[in-house]
Amino acid sequence: MAEQPGDTRFDPARLAAEATEVRKRILTTIGAAKMGHVGGDLSVTDILVTLFFGVLNVDPARPEMPDRDRFVLSKGHCAAALYTVLARRGFFAEDELASFMQPLSRLNGHPNRRKVPGVEANTGPLGHGLPIAVGTAVGAQVTGASYRSFCIVGDGELQEGSNWEAAMFAGHRGLGNLTLVADRNGLQQGARVADTNDLSPLGDKFAAFGWEVRDIDGHDHAALLDALSRPGEGRPVFVLARTVKGKGVSFMEDGVEWHHGVPTPAQIDAALKELSR
Amino acid sequence: MSDKGVAAGLHDCRKAFAETLAEMARGDARIVAVCNDSVGSSNLKAFQQEFPDRLINVGIAEQNMVGVAAGLANAGLVPFVCCASPFLTGRAMEQVKVDAAYNGYHIVLCGMSPGMAYGELGPTHHSIEDLAWMRAIHDLTVLVPADPFQTREAVRQAASAEGPVFMRIGRFAVPAVSDEAAGFAIGRADELRGGSDVTIVATGTLVSRALEAADRLAEDGISARVLNVSSLAPIDAEALVRAARETRGIVTAEEGVPHGGLGGAVAEIVAQAHPTRMKILGVTAFAPTGDTAFLLDHFGLNAAGIEAAARQLAA
Ligand SMILES: Cc1ncc(C[n+]2csc(CCOP(=O)(O)OP(=O)(O)O)c2C)c(N)n1
Repeated sequence: MAEQPGDTRFDPARLAAEATEVRKRILTTIGAAKMGHVGGDLSVTDILVTLFFGVLNVDPARPEMPDRDRFVLSKGHCAAALYTVLARRGFFAEDELASFMQPLSRLNGHPNRRKVPGVEANTGPLGHGLPIAVGTAVGAQVTGASYRSFCIVGDGELQEGSNWEAAMFAGHRGLGNLTLVADRNGLQQGARVADTNDLSPLGDKFAAFGWEVRDIDGHDHAALLDALSRPGEGRPVFVLARTVKGKGVSFMEDGVEWHHGVPTPAQIDAALKELSR
Repeated sequence: MSDKGVAAGLHDCRKAFAETLAEMARGDARIVAVCNDSVGSSNLKAFQQEFPDRLINVGIAEQNMVGVAAGLANAGLVPFVCCASPFLTGRAMEQVKVDAAYNGYHIVLCGMSPGMAYGELGPTHHSIEDLAWMRAIHDLTVLVPADPFQTREAVRQAASAEGPVFMRIGRFAVPAVSDEAAGFAIGRADELRGGSDVTIVATGTLVSRALEAADRLAEDGISARVLNVSSLAPIDAEALVRAARETRGIVTAEEGVPHGGLGGAVAEIVAQAHPTRMKILGVTAFAPTGDTAFLLDHFGLNAAGIEAAARQLAA
């Protein structure tokens, strides 16, 4: 991807620092709203930060520019993480995060393309993002456009059949311009993915559908940068990002109760201290 | 959508639902619960502890969930499918039509947290089309219990009904509105208030607001009849036609789109049997951000909105 004017790609160290700021802001935002999906927000933070600060060709001044890379957050319940990254990337003022889920706010509990610049598709019901991203990727094939398409799904979300219809089709079309990231934190809403409807071996399933699989630590910014920057060669790319739900806050890490648990003010203080260390 | 404490005198119908389901499961080994990673949101934790083998969690896969339920019914079980209403009805609509209704399987589809119960989670999570969608399917009983009493009865009667049943199980706190002595009957509308000037037909969360509107109208000498339509299919056509004949017009109020649901059902009946003036109140757009109570007010789905519509027809 050619550098754009004013485009400041971050290196891994800067991405890590940015992710910490994003995590803090997510916690204060959810604390104020007394609602949200904190566990999945903290798990997907490093992936989002790497995309928006290190990979995607997007321009906050021109959110609809035709050759922008397309990004769909399919796990739309993690809107707080997306909004935070969009705000810090300059799509709207950071102060607006204080209105998260308040009456008449643009920042609804799930992303809204009609209202929030930088949101490519409305999501929330799981299993919608990948088919849309496949569509934008096929669209680029058809029109000869050079942008790339990206999508993030939760691992629980991959239980939805729509993903597999899309995965099959992407493999069939050889969509090298498509990258899917699975936020593989091993937890869903009520239990472990492995105890509900196991997806293992996840990478093999995508490989069998003709995808190139990149199995990485989803909190390692250098690994993320590498895996996300390189398009596939005639094959869609599946980034199996191994993550921890609630990452960065020790008492939330890998705990299913934090799917939509809301931290108390004291817990938020403790979490912010931990992140500031 | 935080589970704000239920205020005194108000009820979360999911509680009545879960208690009744467990009670019936104790006496009937055929009853199983089927869900989509929704044990918590469907209030099924206690059921899961008591009947670990009879809680079938298919994961986040609603189409599969309804198909599996059809297979369970085929195997002689009575599945209660518990899933957030927008995803149960929207995502799995064809499975509801074909696998459940066309096959004629006895499956009870429980649309949890319907209407705008998930206020701030937004339009993707607002189940405002479910009544229109489900009502379009032949041989599917569609129930909207308005309070805990009706919820308990709907669950009990659905368990022994024939064929598939869809019911909404509300999360938004409601007062008790029904006359328990009169019981609950599938196919019957309950006249909660007699009246001769205008009729208010309401369902679910809007029933208590309809009663409030009738009180306000009474203060001005306007006599409003209030019908609770908790059975949308089959629907009590007789009570509706009588209302069309005996009062000057009909206001319908529902936590759903103003096309195809309760309003549509009433309009279809009276237009063919005894045309009358109507006002159909409902959720007229994809909602802005806000909690359930805020959104109901935003769309005029409150006593004041119903009162205003009824006044126009009574005039
Ligand atoms: C179609 C659909 N079914 C159910 C839900 C309710 N729901 C919201 S988040 C969630 C769990 C998602 O788990 P996962 O994809 O692993 O996300 P993460 O753990 O990363 O937050 C569920 C079941 C939904 N939003 N959409």
